[in-house]
Amino acid sequence: MTTELSSVRHRFEHVTRLTAAAFLLSSIAFPAAAQTVRAVMHSDLRVTDPVITTAHITRNHAYMIYDTLLGMNEKFEPQPQMASWKASDDGLTYTFTLRDGLKFHDGAPVTGEDVVASLKRWAVRDSTGQKLMDNAADLKATDPRTVVLTLKKPYAYTIETLAKPSAVPAFIMPKRVAETPADKALTDYTGSGPFKLSVPDFQPGVRAVYLKNTDYVPRSEPSSWTAGGKVVKVDRVEWITMPDAQTAMNALMSGEIDYIEQPPIDLIPILAANDEIVIQNISPLGYQTIGRMNFLHPPFDNVKIRQAALLAMNQKDVLDALIGNPEYYKTCPAIFGCGTPLQSDAGAKSLVSGGNPEAAKKLLQEAGYDGKPIVIMQPTDVNTLKAQPIVAAQLLRKAGFNVDLQAMDWQTLVTRRASQKPPAEGGWNMFFTNWIVPEIFNPLVNPMLNGRGTKGAWFGWPDDPKMEQMRDAYASAKSTDEQKKIADEIQAYAMETVNYIPLGQYVTPIARRKELAGVLNAPVPFFWNVEKKKGK
Amino acid sequence: MFAYLLRRILSAIPVMGIVAVFVFLLLRLTPGDPAAIIAGDHATPEQLERIRTTLGLNQPIWLQFVTWVGRLLQGDLGTSLISQIPVTELIGRRLEPTLSLALMTITVSVLIAVPLGVAAAWRHRTWVDRFVMAFSVFGFSVPVFVVGYILIQVFAIQLKWVPVQGYRSITEGFGPFFDRAILPTFTLASIYMALIARMTRASMLEVLGEDYVRTARAKGLNERTVLFGHALRNAAVPVITVIGTGFALLISGVVVTESVFNIPGLGRLSVDAVLARDYPVIQGMILLTSALYIAINLMIDIAYTLLDPRIRY
Repeated sequence: MTTELSSVRHRFEHVTRLTAAAFLLSSIAFPAAAQTVRAVMHSDLRVTDPVITTAHITRNHAYMIYDTLLGMNEKFEPQPQMASWKASDDGLTYTFTLRDGLKFHDGAPVTGEDVVASLKRWAVRDSTGQKLMDNAADLKATDPRTVVLTLKKPYAYTIETLAKPSAVPAFIMPKRVAETPADKALTDYTGSGPFKLSVPDFQPGVRAVYLKNTDYVPRSEPSSWTAGGKVVKVDRVEWITMPDAQTAMNALMSGEIDYIEQPPIDLIPILAANDEIVIQNISPLGYQTIGRMNFLHPPFDNVKIRQAALLAMNQKDVLDALIGNPEYYKTCPAIFGCGTPLQSDAGAKSLVSGGNPEAAKKLLQEAGYDGKPIVIMQPTDVNTLKAQPIVAAQLLRKAGFNVDLQAMDWQTLVTRRASQKPPAEGGWNMFFTNWIVPEIFNPLVNPMLNGRGTKGAWFGWPDDPKMEQMRDAYASAKSTDEQKKIADEIQAYAMETVNYIPLGQYVTPIARRKELAGVLNAPVPFFWNVEKKKGK
Repeated sequence: MFAYLLRRILSAIPVMGIVAVFVFLLLRLTPGDPAAIIAGDHATPEQLERIRTTLGLNQPIWLQFVTWVGRLLQGDLGTSLISQIPVTELIGRRLEPTLSLALMTITVSVLIAVPLGVAAAWRHRTWVDRFVMAFSVFGFSVPVFVVGYILIQVFAIQLKWVPVQGYRSITEGFGPFFDRAILPTFTLASIYMALIARMTRASMLEVLGEDYVRTARAKGLNERTVLFGHALRNAAVPVITVIGTGFALLISGVVVTESVFNIPGLGRLSVDAVLARDYPVIQGMILLTSALYIAINLMIDIAYTLLDPRIRY
């Protein structure tokens, strides 16, 4: 019996030792599994240069691999990011000081020369950057960590311009990269951001892979939009292109992916019913959907006819067709978006109260509309832009317009909208698009308000010196109250001249696996702060 | 035979030339501007113009054509206007998933459909025949995406035997490759099995009434030898044609299946290129497809001579 017991004990000890050795070996041979987040974004990444394009997917990619000089928090307040700043009392000199520990992915330190070259390239492309440079007398690096911007006259919007989160933020890249002409796409992906692009894994139309930049030193403040600490908690982020929404949904439910940036609204109830999936509205401000008319050709060269079109419109009808579920949309009369500091309802009441087709009809008669068909372009291949033209066409017909609704693919539309010819010769009268609210939230970033005519204005090309004066006044305003007052006047004037028709706001929540934690609320989908509770 | 092959290969050159000119002109006449896609929503007319100039889209069409042909003769298909990656590299990366899927689909289809077709002809007007015909009608009639979603629902979501989507190269191991390839293979094979089974049945029915089949049976050969050794070999010519053209079709575009199973193949590359008006990629893809059709047709013709010694070139 004793022998048996001794033998059992001996075996037990042997097994325990073996188990301990095996555990030790396994911990050496198999380090903790690298955390990978697999995400399906709203589009595939093909253009990688955030200066040459304003595509959101390229901007999102740029936030992964580049950093910005300044950031903007959720209160629309500029904050230091790569640099802090100091303005002189006369408002003519801005001094930026780069913080410690900034390094590009190739190991080189970020210097003032890199910042100057990056800002110059960005300002060629970005309209607010151009405006800033129009006001600049000099931009130079005075030492490796200091950049000085000298203005010809005070420009109150200087810091906001450098801090804006979209559509073309001022990303900082190495000088050798930033010296590429602004109309030639970059092929060097060196940045100083919290992630690095894994070039061998990058396949346009298939996937983009980002690796944690272990040299990145985040700021110590909590993260808020593009400001604060960008703390990366995973080793790898994969953006996988999945053209089929149903497939992406199945992959999310089976755990093959962790995140869908924009699941179709009609699939959300299925995802929400799954205990493993969380629906998160990361950007409560969401998108503004708009209609734009062509100011160059009849009938919309006539302000009264544009006013009639505005009266004919009804936001709720458009949003019902576009989104359907009122949980994800709201009517909003403000051209700078609802939920923003400059929100105003001046001049847009009919839009949110069901429209006024009778008044539209009357105004149309007074304006002498001759029944010439208006060409509305309808993209058939973009889910978030299909419905607006159809509903608008019906509302305009009800008000007495003769509408020629022309279906086409989005690419044909973006080509055709650049044509300034009359509609009968390949031009157009009206089209629709969507903006994220931080792209339209004030008179300077809002592209539709640009009144520089056929050379410099956005599609539709209003030639409106008064609007330009008002935008300049906004840029030079000395206080927030004064800015708000001018913005209200701009809203009223934009509605009176029907610069464009805001058709309401909608949100597109993300869908994620429950184990994916720390997804930040922001108008851009960020992957810092994200972690997986279980290694996969 | 060698002279015939040489003649066929040489005759492919003018065909490819005509295809090249036709495709180039057709694309330039189609509305669309790659510069607008690149620039995005904020572009002003001046910015669009600058991008067009940088991409060479403002040059006269004849000059663009000459430049393209000049490069083509040196084996350079150009660079994608959108991603700035060489077209040969883009196509090269997408070739493996498409070829793997096409080969697996054709193999599975032939292995299942040919015996089914033979059985249906052999047991003409019995329940076997009716079953095979019903199976064929089903395969033809149900769209591939429906078959795909049903297979995903059953085998990936309910039973969890295989992943929902994706592709792994066979170089990463046969298991991961097979797991992801099996559902798209059977999805696509549903059509090709139907097609090949019907074609085999029809050809076999014709052949089974021939004198030499009756003779083979009369001299006491077993039914298997009669069917597969004598009848099927003679019935194979149209079946081979269907298999060959089916293979070419599988390579040149199975966009829906590639989308449903998220396979990064040539079909998706072509569609993305068309939507973005990425001219060099579209031109490269169409040239590749034309060359493929010419090569496959040539192989089919050679296969005829192996199966039917009466055919001589």
